[in-house]
Amino acid sequence: MATRSSALSAFMVKELRHILRDRQTLAILLLLPLAQVVLFGFALRSDVNDIRIAFVDPTPDYATAALRARFAGNGRFRVVGTAPTTAMIEPLFRRGAADVAVAFDPGFAERLAEGTPARLLLISDASDPNTGSRMQAYANAVVSSYQAELGATGRAVQIVPQTRMRYNPTLESVNLFVPGLIALVLTLVAALMTAISLSREKERGTLEILLVSPLHPWQIIVGKVLPYLLLAFANVVTALLAAWVVFRVPFRGSLTLLLGASVLYSMVGLALGVLIAARTTSQRAAMLGAMAGTMLPNTLLSGMIFPISSLPGWLQPVTALIPARWFIVISRGIMLKGVGLAYLWQELLVLAVMLAVLLVAAIRSFKPRMA
Amino acid sequence: MRALRFLLRKEFLQIFRDHVLLGMLLVVPLVQLLLLANAATFEVKSARLYVVDHDHSTMSRGVVDRLAASGRFIPTAASPSVANADEAMLAREVDVILVVPVGFERDLVRDRRASLQLILNAEDGAAAAVTQSYAGQILAGYGAELGAEVSPTLATVAAADDRPPRRGQPVIEVRRRGWYNADLEYRDYMVPGILVALVTVVGTLLTAMNIVREKEAGTLDQLNVTPVTRPTFIAAKLIPLWSLALIDLALGLTLAYFVFDVPVRGSLVVVFVGAAVYLVAALGTGLWVSTVAETQQQAMFVTFSIMMIYLLMSGLFTPVSGMPVWAQWVAQLNPVTHFVRLMRAVLLKGAGLADVTRQLGILAVIGATVMTLAVRQYRKRAA
Amino acid sequence: MTLAIEVHELTRRFGAFTAVDRITFDVREGEVFGFLGANGAGKTTAIKMLIGLLAPTSGRASVAGFDVLTQAEDVRRRIGYMSQRFSLYEDLTVRENITLYGGIYGLTDVQIRDRGTALVERLQLGHASDDRVAALPLGWKQKLAFSVALLHEPAVVFLDEPTGGVDPITRRQFWEMIYAAAARGTTVFVTTHYLDEAEYCDRVCIMVDGRIGAMGTPDALKRESGLATLDELFVRLARPSAAAPAPAPAIGPG
Repeated sequence: MATRSSALSAFMVKELRHILRDRQTLAILLLLPLAQVVLFGFALRSDVNDIRIAFVDPTPDYATAALRARFAGNGRFRVVGTAPTTAMIEPLFRRGAADVAVAFDPGFAERLAEGTPARLLLISDASDPNTGSRMQAYANAVVSSYQAELGATGRAVQIVPQTRMRYNPTLESVNLFVPGLIALVLTLVAALMTAISLSREKERGTLEILLVSPLHPWQIIVGKVLPYLLLAFANVVTALLAAWVVFRVPFRGSLTLLLGASVLYSMVGLALGVLIAARTTSQRAAMLGAMAGTMLPNTLLSGMIFPISSLPGWLQPVTALIPARWFIVISRGIMLKGVGLAYLWQELLVLAVMLAVLLVAAIRSFKPRMA
Repeated sequence: MRALRFLLRKEFLQIFRDHVLLGMLLVVPLVQLLLLANAATFEVKSARLYVVDHDHSTMSRGVVDRLAASGRFIPTAASPSVANADEAMLAREVDVILVVPVGFERDLVRDRRASLQLILNAEDGAAAAVTQSYAGQILAGYGAELGAEVSPTLATVAAADDRPPRRGQPVIEVRRRGWYNADLEYRDYMVPGILVALVTVVGTLLTAMNIVREKEAGTLDQLNVTPVTRPTFIAAKLIPLWSLALIDLALGLTLAYFVFDVPVRGSLVVVFVGAAVYLVAALGTGLWVSTVAETQQQAMFVTFSIMMIYLLMSGLFTPVSGMPVWAQWVAQLNPVTHFVRLMRAVLLKGAGLADVTRQLGILAVIGATVMTLAVRQYRKRAA
Repeated sequence: MTLAIEVHELTRRFGAFTAVDRITFDVREGEVFGFLGANGAGKTTAIKMLIGLLAPTSGRASVAGFDVLTQAEDVRRRIGYMSQRFSLYEDLTVRENITLYGGIYGLTDVQIRDRGTALVERLQLGHASDDRVAALPLGWKQKLAFSVALLHEPAVVFLDEPTGGVDPITRRQFWEMIYAAAARGTTVFVTTHYLDEAEYCDRVCIMVDGRIGAMGTPDALKRESGLATLDELFVRLARPSAAAPAPAPAIGPG
């Protein structure tokens, strides 16, 4: 037994040295994920700004001018054109140069004065339903406030909701994306790098030498995988630091728990990488398998950007298979809500079970070669 | 030119013999498309509501009823304790807490104005904003209703209200219309984008691995010793995967049309012209990485990172207009941004060639730049 | 008598390590010229400079009458190369590899067909000409690579350790093919670390630590040094450096 464990540690040291020696790759593995977290943290926002608005004004008068001025003066909007007919602004939409349009019916001001409804049509480019309805809402708010100025205020009954956004009062997109980004980035390092590294050894035949050695298959896997675990951990720490220092993402819960969960999640990714390497016959296939399996599903089905509750009913259970989905709940819970083990034990358990399943499958895949 | 013919033949032979590669390139994106087409939406189906009613009045119950009747809110629990409600939200059992203070009805009748508290779980950000606006609309509607009841002689200022008010009250009636997507079908908007994303990821990765693989196998040296010119070599690396990616895109669009009813309001020719130019830019990026990287691991990692940037900063999932200015510039340099815009314009808005010249132009410039970089970077002789 | 290869003070440094140190020699047309040396002596680095894969740090060289630095493309058209590591496409068939390289070097379709058929016959690969190259045993692969290098009838062919790892019979066949090529007028520049093969060359050059230790016909070298075999000569030349081995660089010449 003593020989075995010293053999294992010698093996692990060798693997670590191997990675540390390849400076270029090491730099890429450490810096790129961090750069991504910072980049996307700054760039990804779900806010809608700079709404380009056009006007259709067949009979310009003081009221239409006033409303147009309201939009022009509103920081969210940018006026891109005015025309007498709807047909004339259509090309703007087709070219993607306008987002909303306000089409006044003729005789706007007259009708206002008379007290008959003065009509306008609020047109939005609904090809993007995500932003289309929000842009419409903003535009409607401008119209409503103008109307409130004009009309008798205080005649209506107003129920005023005082809204509080829990856990993320300012609706900072960053607070939502960063946990997801960390998950995505961890997946990259963990699954991909392990898959590539192992399958490269397989291709070169050096893995067979290892398998013939006194090392047990699980020891080989651990030895190969440990350096990447350390790398992944380094990535998590730097990403969290960036989140805290650069983006001021709150950290309301236990840092230890978060780091522990990150390690667990990384291990799941690593196990997945090992399994992919065991099952595929070339580096390229390993890479593609890891990529195809992780990139788009992680972005779309993990809850990172699009809420899981928005998914169609049949798709929601599928997301349970994606480790990132659970990790995002855990990391958001710890960072934004400040909850601890008591609330998150189920999600952690799921990750632990995934890890066990993947590890067993991976080890089993390597075993036949011993015979 | 003759050398190109022979090189192309070799590349195509290698591709078609690699069944795994073919599967990855042609099948995997399409399978993922089927799965993910429904995924990218912010729509909130319904929010679970926790009611803390301190007023116990007709009107407070009216609020809850209106919220429930809209179908967007499901009263899940109620109690007099806000602390319990907080617990429930912490445990992810409810999404919204409604707290109606004492004296709610009294304030409404006396002052025509009362407030209540709406606490939303903003863990999911976007969903919270949407829920907030739903709630706002419902409450405004209820307020209007109450206004008519409480003082029936007053005019109301609700949107899309059919009743004509009395003379003398200025009223603006707002009708809404969404162009190009009247049913607010998320799929129509997202499917073309997701398809592009899928094909791009696989195509660019394969291209990036290509040259590096020959480097690692040693066959690159053998080619470097021949009179094959650099542009010929790079072209031979680009064309096969480019044509396969184009076919992939065509298959995906067919799928989108028949399975997901994505409209095709413009000319498909324009889409494919755009695709042809776009793929040069996208795959060319992979080629350039391939000339720079030393190992397949590096090539893959760098390409993957570039892909992440391409996808996340293209306006596919988050709007470009919401990004800070410098990020918008990055988005402008991103071929995915422009091609997705082009596709959406043609498919959903019926745009023609003239409408998308700007996108085509930018794509052509990016493509030319990347390919030039690849050719210049590829050196037959090591310095 | 024209010179197929002219080398003057050719040098290559990798950082602080000098892999090839001011070597000067000539190779005549039709000669079989052997480049000998231990692993790491600089043979492959030298050959890579001559075929245009590596730029010299200083010095000049010309192959087939063209300068390797300034007229690289002209050089490439006139040379063939067989690398130390097998570098044909293993996922293509024998015929497909032949067609590819024939086409790249500008042979007509007729030429490709005819020469390809002749090649296959000569190597007795008729039964395997449509099999993937990966399926061939090592010896056949090497012979195929050599033949493909000669397909376009280059003026000079460079062979980097062509007989590494093959059995003695195949090695004999290889040298028969080399002689046949030389008889046709092709200059053969071959590197090897098998000292017995040196005896087969017209002239040899022994590299030690990047410099030329000895050069001449095998007989002349043996006579001058008074040794019976080139093997002993090599050991004597190599021993001073064996006492103080140079450290292996991080970016090695390979």
